[in-house]
Amino acid sequence: MTNKNQYTVSKEPFYQAQGDEVALYEAAYAARLPVMVKGPTGCGKSRFIEYMAWKLNKPLITVACNEDMTASDLVGRYLLDANGTRWLDGPLTTAARIGAICYLDEIVEARQDTTVVIHPLTDHRRTLPLDKKGELIEAHPDFQLVISYNPGYQSLMKDLKQSTKQRFTGFEFDYPDAALESEILAKETGLDIEVCGKLVQIGQAARNLKGHGLDEGISTRLLVYAAILIKNGVDAKAACRMALVRPITDDADIRDTLDHAIDASFA
Amino acid sequence: MTEIVTQRTEELSMYWEKLGCRFARVDAVFDECMKEAQALLSKAGLEAYIENARIIGKMGRGAEPLLIYLEEAPGVASIIGEHALIRLREFSEYLSTHTNFKAIVPFLQYSGAVARRLNNDKMYWRYIELIRDMLDRTSGSIHGHHTTFASPGLPELLKQAPKLLGVLSLRGLQNWIEYGIKYYNHHPERQEEYFRLESADAVAVMQRERHGTLLVNNERKLDTYIRALWNDSDYLIPYPVAFDEQRKAMPYYTDDGIRLPDVYDDFNGVSGIDRYRAALAHMAAHRRWSQKMIVDNWSPFQRASVEIFEDSRVEYLACQKYPGLRKLFLALHPIPKEEDLQLEAQGISVFRLRLAMLSRAILDPAYTCQNEHVSEFVKRFHELMAGGESTSAAMASVALAFIARTRGQRDLSANMYFDNTEVDYRDDNRHLWIYIEESDEEEMFEHLDQRKNPEVELQALPPRHYDEWDYNTKSYRPDWVSVYEALHPRGNPAVIDNLLAKHAALAKRLKKMLDLLKPQDKVRIRYQEEGSELDLDVAIRSLIDFKGGSSPDPRINMSHRNDGRNIAVSVVLDLSESLNEKAAGSTQTILELSQEAVSLLAWAIEKLGDPFSISGFHSNTRHDVRFMHIKGFSEKWDDEVKGRLAAMEASYSTRMGAAMRHASHYLEQQQADKKLMLILTDGEPADIDSRDGRILIEDARKAVTELDQKGIYAYCINLDPKADEYVKDIFGKQYTIIDKVADLPAKLPQLFISLTK
Repeated sequence: MTNKNQYTVSKEPFYQAQGDEVALYEAAYAARLPVMVKGPTGCGKSRFIEYMAWKLNKPLITVACNEDMTASDLVGRYLLDANGTRWLDGPLTTAARIGAICYLDEIVEARQDTTVVIHPLTDHRRTLPLDKKGELIEAHPDFQLVISYNPGYQSLMKDLKQSTKQRFTGFEFDYPDAALESEILAKETGLDIEVCGKLVQIGQAARNLKGHGLDEGISTRLLVYAAILIKNGVDAKAACRMALVRPITDDADIRDTLDHAIDASFA
Repeated sequence: MTEIVTQRTEELSMYWEKLGCRFARVDAVFDECMKEAQALLSKAGLEAYIENARIIGKMGRGAEPLLIYLEEAPGVASIIGEHALIRLREFSEYLSTHTNFKAIVPFLQYSGAVARRLNNDKMYWRYIELIRDMLDRTSGSIHGHHTTFASPGLPELLKQAPKLLGVLSLRGLQNWIEYGIKYYNHHPERQEEYFRLESADAVAVMQRERHGTLLVNNERKLDTYIRALWNDSDYLIPYPVAFDEQRKAMPYYTDDGIRLPDVYDDFNGVSGIDRYRAALAHMAAHRRWSQKMIVDNWSPFQRASVEIFEDSRVEYLACQKYPGLRKLFLALHPIPKEEDLQLEAQGISVFRLRLAMLSRAILDPAYTCQNEHVSEFVKRFHELMAGGESTSAAMASVALAFIARTRGQRDLSANMYFDNTEVDYRDDNRHLWIYIEESDEEEMFEHLDQRKNPEVELQALPPRHYDEWDYNTKSYRPDWVSVYEALHPRGNPAVIDNLLAKHAALAKRLKKMLDLLKPQDKVRIRYQEEGSELDLDVAIRSLIDFKGGSSPDPRINMSHRNDGRNIAVSVVLDLSESLNEKAAGSTQTILELSQEAVSLLAWAIEKLGDPFSISGFHSNTRHDVRFMHIKGFSEKWDDEVKGRLAAMEASYSTRMGAAMRHASHYLEQQQADKKLMLILTDGEPADIDSRDGRILIEDARKAVTELDQKGIYAYCINLDPKADEYVKDIFGKQYTIIDKVADLPAKLPQLFISLTK
């Protein structure tokens, strides 16, 4: 049996609620409804799930999805060993067995035929057939499936099938408003709230440019990076250029504008 | 002649004697000039001044040159040194002996203004050399050894020189003059017009050569600026600043956009782009925080005061949001001199100075100001702002109180103090005012006037202008070619269908080739016995099968194939007159064959599903290049398009570069990995207004390089059997010559297929 403890979230992750999403998630979990979280990159989707796992005191198994992932990467496969072959559960199977929350991060990155294997787990059946092994797993009563994706920047080709979408309840995340976001930065990094406010202001400047040369604005995650650098004694302007501007754009005009926003914010 | 009896001191009489001049007009101003000269020149300088003036007086060109020399020379000498006295005379003499004597007056007249602009003797000599060079090259001669015709442009150039040097460096001026000589040397009226800065090219070349940061080059940067930092956006419209020396226009915004100067030079350590940003920040702050006010009952003084307070308020709020802006504003805001307040005693109105001091004091905590009223109102301002954003109305009441408190007796004096009171990044605040009563100001009537003459409806799109490359000067002629675009008229689409039916057999063959090219996504090919890498999943499965006792699958490798097809194609057809000729060895004209070929090509591309456009062009001089859309990227290959293709007609000439530039303008905007421009032509680029055949060939070659830089692959299909002479120069290796034009319908689609395979 897999060691269940390795999946538990032992320390409380810092999560600042933006609205009533905590209560809503608890309600969804109580009914064991599958959950989908959407939102731009770095706005706190994964952190939220981690926090909820801690709050509900359930193990959390996270799978980062990618294009080369196959169904057996989720479900499990036979491996070779000295005596022949051995079955190894995949993360989804493990979660169903031990009653964990299974979190499939960036689900649209996986190919569509792969994602179909989650279907029987996400409706009233709550079962997972392992065809190669000839076993039908009944999901543990605590098991829940959570997926996340960012509807913004992936191409049209990478969307979820309707049949997949319609098995989930949804949460839409966005970057928090300025006051809340500065508070988050301050609590996460211990940086002075006033400096955090300026970082958020730069972040919002970049978010205004979304669609005008930027695919995505500066995420809360990048703002946290900048705050950490500043907290560690890096010059504020240099930290912002390094953490906020250089990663997100190669466009000289946009870079100039954001650099100017930094100069304007940090006098 | 009226005798003016002048009483001269002994010294002046001596100089007058030396001058040896009998012009009464000179006599009348001599004393005044000498007074100035004595103040500006040394003793030796004075001697030289008189001596050179004497020579000018004896040149035999009347009193005018001498008068102006006497007036201007001391000023020039005081700026660039006293040897200027001799150089000015020498050059005047040179002009006098070279049929260009009419230029002496403007030369001397504007010498002072030019010297002030250049402010350096070396530069001034270079300026004179430039002028000398220009006049030598533009003065005409009949038999080659004597210049007999004066340079037509020279007097104009000399008159414009101060203005030009205000915006151009000496190097820029040189380029500007070069251009004028180059293109208008044999056309006196046009040359005059150019050097008078009246022709469109003259202005365009000046814009190209000028120093400073141009708005047009930075529009995107500024647009992102106002969008990002202020979450605002509007059209940015430039207005010219170079020609308004009397009235400096200020930035402003109205419903139709934000007006900014077309150029900013660096100033006081602030780069041009940052000056634009400061102006935009100021206006964006108004747009965010200002409210309109009814101002019918306010005097101009009261309004000016309200403006200053309101400007200060929005800037204060802007600096709170972006503290870094304060540094910009401080560098750009003038520092008024408080001690000049005393000038009021001399009858000068210092009202503007008081306001400027107030504005500076609010902006700059380090600005010390003795004036108690100003200090008090700065304090009142800060008290108001401490309570939050405040309002425009609150500012207005403080502003009115300030005016009431500080009104001075001389405020109404016409002699207004202006130094260091203009804050040039601030807008003119026209957005603040609401007038209830219609006033009778000039602008109101202008407005009425416009209503009476509604603009004539435009029949077609306005032309687009493109530069043309001149290989002689290795430079672009700015905005040289006007391209008019229009939809091609429609004809009968059945003609094209018939053509396609005629080539059904060919179409069948093509279809086979096309099927091989059909777009397929990037795929991983699994289950390969030989491949680029081991497919672990399959390999393990095979091994497990093997261990389990069943026969394993040997196809355990996989490979990748990159099969994405993402090509945008633009087909550009030369529709010049020569297409009407019968093709050699065929009963059809080249035009008809082209039509067939393009129809087949379009059919083939449509089958492949690549986005493509078709357009045709011909030209009738540089002022009229016509670019006709036959199929746009978003249109389907349907009857509408076939109809246009069927109606194709050929006339005029081939100005290829402009057409390619214009086609690339649309192709560039397509989202595709590969962009291909196919140019179908039957001859070399030529036009009736271009005598030098090489120019248009070189221009087309330049256009190909430009396309290359934009990521567009240009490919030429040439129907001229003798094309080898030039087509290689233009397209490098990217061309095919089709010798047997009758084969074109078969060749063209095949060519396209092999190009994009």
